[in-house]
Amino acid sequence: MCKYADVQMKNINSMNKIFTILGGLLLSVSLAYGQANISPAKPQTKPIIITGATIHVGNGQVINNGYIAFDKGKITAIGEGAGPNTNGADVIDATGKQVYPGFICPITSLGLVEIEEGARGTVDEDETGDINPDARTLVAYNTDSKVIPTVRSNGILLAQPTPTGGIISGESSVVQLDAWNWEDAAYKTDIGIHLTWPVAVGNNRRRAAPTPGVPQESPAEKAQKAIDAIEKLFSEAKAYAEIAKPEVTNVRFEAMKGLFNGSKKLFVNADGAKEIMQAVTFAKKLGLSAVIVGGSESYLVTEVLKANNVPVIIKETQRLPDRAEDDVYLPYKLPKILQDAGVLYGLTGIGFWRQRNLPFEAGQSVGYGLTKEQALSMITQNNAKILGIDKTTGTLEVGKDANLFISTGDALDMITLDVIKEFIQGRDVNLDNLHKQLYKKWSNKYGLKTDL
Amino acid sequence: MKKLLLFCGAMLVARLCFAQETFPVNGPWDVRPGQYAFINANIVASADQPVTKGTLLVKDRVIEDLGAGLAVPKGYVVIDLKGKYIYPGLIDAYTTYGMPEAPRAAFPQGGGFGRLPVYTSPKPGAYDWNEAIKPEMNAKAIFHADASKAEEFRKNGFTTVQTLIHDGIARGTSAAVTLGDERDNELMLNDLAAAHYSFSKGTATTNYPSSLMGSIALLRQTYYDAAWYKNQKEEYNISLDEFNKEQSIPQVFEVSDALMVLRANKIAKEFGKQYIYKTDGKEYRRLDAIKATGSSFIIPLTFPEPYDVEDPLEARNISYTQLKDWELSPTNPAALEKAGINFAITSFGLDKAADFWNNLRTALDYGLSEKQALKALTIIPAEMLGIADKTGTLAKGKIASFIITSDDLFKKDNIIYENWVEGRQYVVTRLDVTDLRGNYMVASDALQGLSLKISGMPGSYEVNLERSADSVQAKGTITRSGDIVSIYFDLKNKPAGNVRLNGYITNLNPLTFSGNGILPDGTDIKWMATYTGPASGGNNKKDQAKPDTTAGPVIYPFGAYGAAQLPKAETVLFKNATVWTNESEGILQNTDVLIANGKIKAIGKNLSDAGAKVIDATGKHLSPGIVDEHSHIAITNGINEGTQAVTAEVRIGDVLNPEDISIYRQLAGGVTTSQILHGSANPIGGQNQVIKHRWGVLPEELKYENALEFIKFALGENVKGSNNNYVPGATLRYPQSRMGVEQVYVDEFTRAKEYKAARAAKGSNVRRDLELDAIVEILDGKRYITCHSYVQSEINMLMHVADSMGFKINTFTHILEGYKMADKMKAHGINGSTFSDWWAYKMEVAEAIPYNGAIMHNEGVNVAFNSDDDEMGRRLNQEAGKAVTYGKVSEEEALKFVTLNPAKMLHIDKWVGSIKPGKDADLVLWSADPLSIYAVVQKTYVDGIPYWDLDKDAANQKAMKADEARIIQKMIAAKNKGAVTQKAPGRRPKGEEEEGDDD
Repeated sequence: MCKYADVQMKNINSMNKIFTILGGLLLSVSLAYGQANISPAKPQTKPIIITGATIHVGNGQVINNGYIAFDKGKITAIGEGAGPNTNGADVIDATGKQVYPGFICPITSLGLVEIEEGARGTVDEDETGDINPDARTLVAYNTDSKVIPTVRSNGILLAQPTPTGGIISGESSVVQLDAWNWEDAAYKTDIGIHLTWPVAVGNNRRRAAPTPGVPQESPAEKAQKAIDAIEKLFSEAKAYAEIAKPEVTNVRFEAMKGLFNGSKKLFVNADGAKEIMQAVTFAKKLGLSAVIVGGSESYLVTEVLKANNVPVIIKETQRLPDRAEDDVYLPYKLPKILQDAGVLYGLTGIGFWRQRNLPFEAGQSVGYGLTKEQALSMITQNNAKILGIDKTTGTLEVGKDANLFISTGDALDMITLDVIKEFIQGRDVNLDNLHKQLYKKWSNKYGLKTDL
Repeated sequence: MKKLLLFCGAMLVARLCFAQETFPVNGPWDVRPGQYAFINANIVASADQPVTKGTLLVKDRVIEDLGAGLAVPKGYVVIDLKGKYIYPGLIDAYTTYGMPEAPRAAFPQGGGFGRLPVYTSPKPGAYDWNEAIKPEMNAKAIFHADASKAEEFRKNGFTTVQTLIHDGIARGTSAAVTLGDERDNELMLNDLAAAHYSFSKGTATTNYPSSLMGSIALLRQTYYDAAWYKNQKEEYNISLDEFNKEQSIPQVFEVSDALMVLRANKIAKEFGKQYIYKTDGKEYRRLDAIKATGSSFIIPLTFPEPYDVEDPLEARNISYTQLKDWELSPTNPAALEKAGINFAITSFGLDKAADFWNNLRTALDYGLSEKQALKALTIIPAEMLGIADKTGTLAKGKIASFIITSDDLFKKDNIIYENWVEGRQYVVTRLDVTDLRGNYMVASDALQGLSLKISGMPGSYEVNLERSADSVQAKGTITRSGDIVSIYFDLKNKPAGNVRLNGYITNLNPLTFSGNGILPDGTDIKWMATYTGPASGGNNKKDQAKPDTTAGPVIYPFGAYGAAQLPKAETVLFKNATVWTNESEGILQNTDVLIANGKIKAIGKNLSDAGAKVIDATGKHLSPGIVDEHSHIAITNGINEGTQAVTAEVRIGDVLNPEDISIYRQLAGGVTTSQILHGSANPIGGQNQVIKHRWGVLPEELKYENALEFIKFALGENVKGSNNNYVPGATLRYPQSRMGVEQVYVDEFTRAKEYKAARAAKGSNVRRDLELDAIVEILDGKRYITCHSYVQSEINMLMHVADSMGFKINTFTHILEGYKMADKMKAHGINGSTFSDWWAYKMEVAEAIPYNGAIMHNEGVNVAFNSDDDEMGRRLNQEAGKAVTYGKVSEEEALKFVTLNPAKMLHIDKWVGSIKPGKDADLVLWSADPLSIYAVVQKTYVDGIPYWDLDKDAANQKAMKADEARIIQKMIAAKNKGAVTQKAPGRRPKGEEEEGDDD
């Protein structure tokens, strides 16, 4: 049986009008297979209230037997028990089920890459050249990507398509994952610029043969030169930002202006303790609002991070430790270490299609110290704070966008994750995707039943 | 006073004998008797044969006689070496002395876009197909003496070296030559000293081999080819001919580490060879296994310098292996001696020649005996190189190659005065009759009460002056020329300015100088200085303090999380667990499991065993060990030999790396068995190896005894090279399309059938072909296929080829479109080993879906989830959980995706994959439902041995940190004592995967 059958629908005070949330599913079964039939949802036209659910607010709080109401895309009420007057609202009985804030996926190539290798034409995350602060991911974000619905159906509702490559890769925006085009998708535009901090990488096995006559630069010297160049660039950009009307407009520096007036954040890719310290002091010196991305050795410099209010977006808990000597579970334990140290931390997975595992990346840290609600906060409230969208999303609170979903079980665990209903800004999102369609198509060939 | 005659170099031009009969002479012949008598010397004729007050008689190139109390006949130049020593000339067993530099720029380039592929050797001449096989190279033919290098060697006391061509896998023959400055014809001691081998292809332009396993296969095949070559008439091949001719001389194999010795020794055993191994000097890490080879070794003295460790963040980049190696490397020679292993010492690999004696003395400090050191530098290499009848000891009739030293050769202050190479004298340090070191009292009107101290080393004396009356101290400069000395110094006061003295030795006992001098004001003075006693305390602190030679234990493996003692199988009773049996009993609650002797003994309620260690597993889950059908961990130097479309001859089993940290990490994820696969760069890759995750063992001990033989096939984008960069001008490797892929298989299996038939014919001399052997094994049902595959067309194709050629496909691995072929796979009885949820990483996975496993399973295919990744490999339990997420497979069946089902695919389900009495005790204790994201591995047992234990791991980490700190303190101490240090390496690059490897 399809899992939607588990959701009981009640329409209080308008019994004659049968509202069915089975519609989306029926549609996908009856129509031709393929991606083309998965349409973005229509704006919310009437109030919806979910009742009887275990509601995970995202800030650590859990409401048992709770309700949540939303209208015109905004949360209007949330609490324990029966809930407010639901006159005219569609009611979803979610007794025994779980309600979560939509997961937020920062630092991703979702929508920028369709096929990783062998199809360069589908790759739009990396511009040529080293200094591209003006390159914007938003305009390259492909709302028709077949990958997006596969990620969305695991509860991920917002994402930050992020540029890669070079030293300054470009600037990112936050998008919501159910849109006709990038303009519709834009949730918060041009929020930050992405910088990769130079690393002194040592004795690789494949060392290039030294060019005769050319003095060998040590990795540390090379890195220092690159850091000097970055400092010079940023001080020039800062000075440029103070000029009311520059004689010659520099689009790169124009894009960087926001860094100096606080409207844009500086996302710095840095993993090593030394690089993190360098990046934090650099940002402090220039008065920038910095975010460390990666931070695999952030646990060694938590004092520096905390003292300067610099948050960390951890890249994957499901990765290998950097060094053979490290605790084999170190990446699993990193969130707990940052939690205890009082550093604000968020989480992302890697790439694009793998981001559907984001809830599990969060859940991974629970066996190694975090509470389940802390793990949830990591990919909801914390990510929202770090991206600067916490005023409108990240937790289930009155006045915030109705970005949420219902799962029959614990959404951070693969054996219980089962998203049955999803709303972005109150819009009822279609949960179908290419994979479900192919599952049905080929099960049908063999006469096998499907279980979605 | 005796004066010593000092020879000048020019005298050597004179000819002493008739060795060069064929050479014309320009001018009158100058043939000299060349008769020398060295008397009153301490002659160390060999390590076991000292002669005190001995006489050594040299006639021309040869030792005429030696012994105590020999009468010196007339006509000899007599040299009195009272108090001095004569040793046999040292032999460096491994050098490239006098060899031209190997040409490094020979690779064909594709216009700046990279290397062009080279399929067969472009070398002109009737040589081997592969340029790395060059047994036709002879050091004797290209050797040319190099005066400055020879002098460098002689300074260290060497008189003879083996010189070889340091390039290629079969490197041809070496020569033993002396280090004289004579015509090359005079220097050759043995023009066929040894045949040389390595695993490194060097400058060979041929693409094959690109991996260690390829090098091994190439060398093995060359042995078979050479054997075949003897008995055939069709082919003319100089390389194979020379290869055969070289088999009767010593065989020297250069390896890069201790495990490589074991790999090379497998080849030695296969072909009945006994190699001498030239190593990296780290045998201490696997001493027992090294000894078990019964081989001889040539070891370098390349001891690492301490690191700069002051910056704690940078010091993190130094691995535990590097830290421990610094401490243990100098123990290596002593360890080999203690183990009774025969070895020679070489100076090869040292940054500078001057390090040789420093490092050798360090080795002595660490316990190497002087006797063994001398043997390792004389008679042992002489025996290895077949020149023991000529040199290596001092004896009548041997060549007159020896060294004159001031002292016991191994003493710190010893000086090498002269090298005699085949009767020719070379001066290293002028041999002074008298050592001037000592304290002297100066007698001079102008310099009353001045005492003088001469210290340092002969050749570089230091002088210090002191006047006790007014506590004046000064450092002076002394120059000596024979018996004449000149000294100048500034006493700063009484008088101020430089005093300059000149004098000569006027008396030997007590040693006395006298002469004239000039004071700063120009006054002439007379002076005399008389010896009063030995100078105490030099300025060289480094020489005085004995180094701290204590060292931590050798651990297995040698690095993080290694242990000095390997864990042993335990008798364990797990009480009250939730037991996932994978048998008809299903998942049992509150159940006990008993293991003993590496096997599961019993399963049930209320079990007891008096001798068992009891583990309370209440609230915990016990599952069979995870089995990974598709892994590339624990491989040394290359997972692909992708240089040819078919490389069935290469074997992962030859290149297992038991020291890969991935093994430990996977144990921490409950993985106990893995199939280690060749990569997917070619349609028929190499032979796979099923291993058990036994942490700390030797490579061969990783192999699972019950495993069968497998081989890797691959289809699609990787074998077509679709995602490789195209180099302009390259001849692309076949195949480039899925059409060509089919033809590779059709052709290969057709050839294999013909080969099998031809080999079976009576009296056949069909060449043994390791590649076709593997294909024949497939046809004979003795080798199973695991085939990397993605899209349905190619999957269908291979099933058709298999049907028509009469072979079976055991497993389609990856098989992401298996859901489109599930019915056909089931009909063929083919297993499906897939990813849980991977897709979109290339075109051929555009329709990969996470429901694939569920569909194949529901259709009746035996399904596994694999990792192909050392990160995912350690949480395959979670991947199995995704079969529940996508397709609602039951939890019990889902766990089988990573345990019993892959065990079935590997045909080892009789022993692993479920919890049943009699099966291997490969068990995992989980904190929660093993399919859950929240499950933590508490303990992992392989064959009943606890290789992973959460608590023990925490203790190990603590101990390792403490040990690192201890060694770092020691490094700082060494640096403070003046040791030369090296910078800590930069941050270790993440993901050390090899570029361009398709897995």
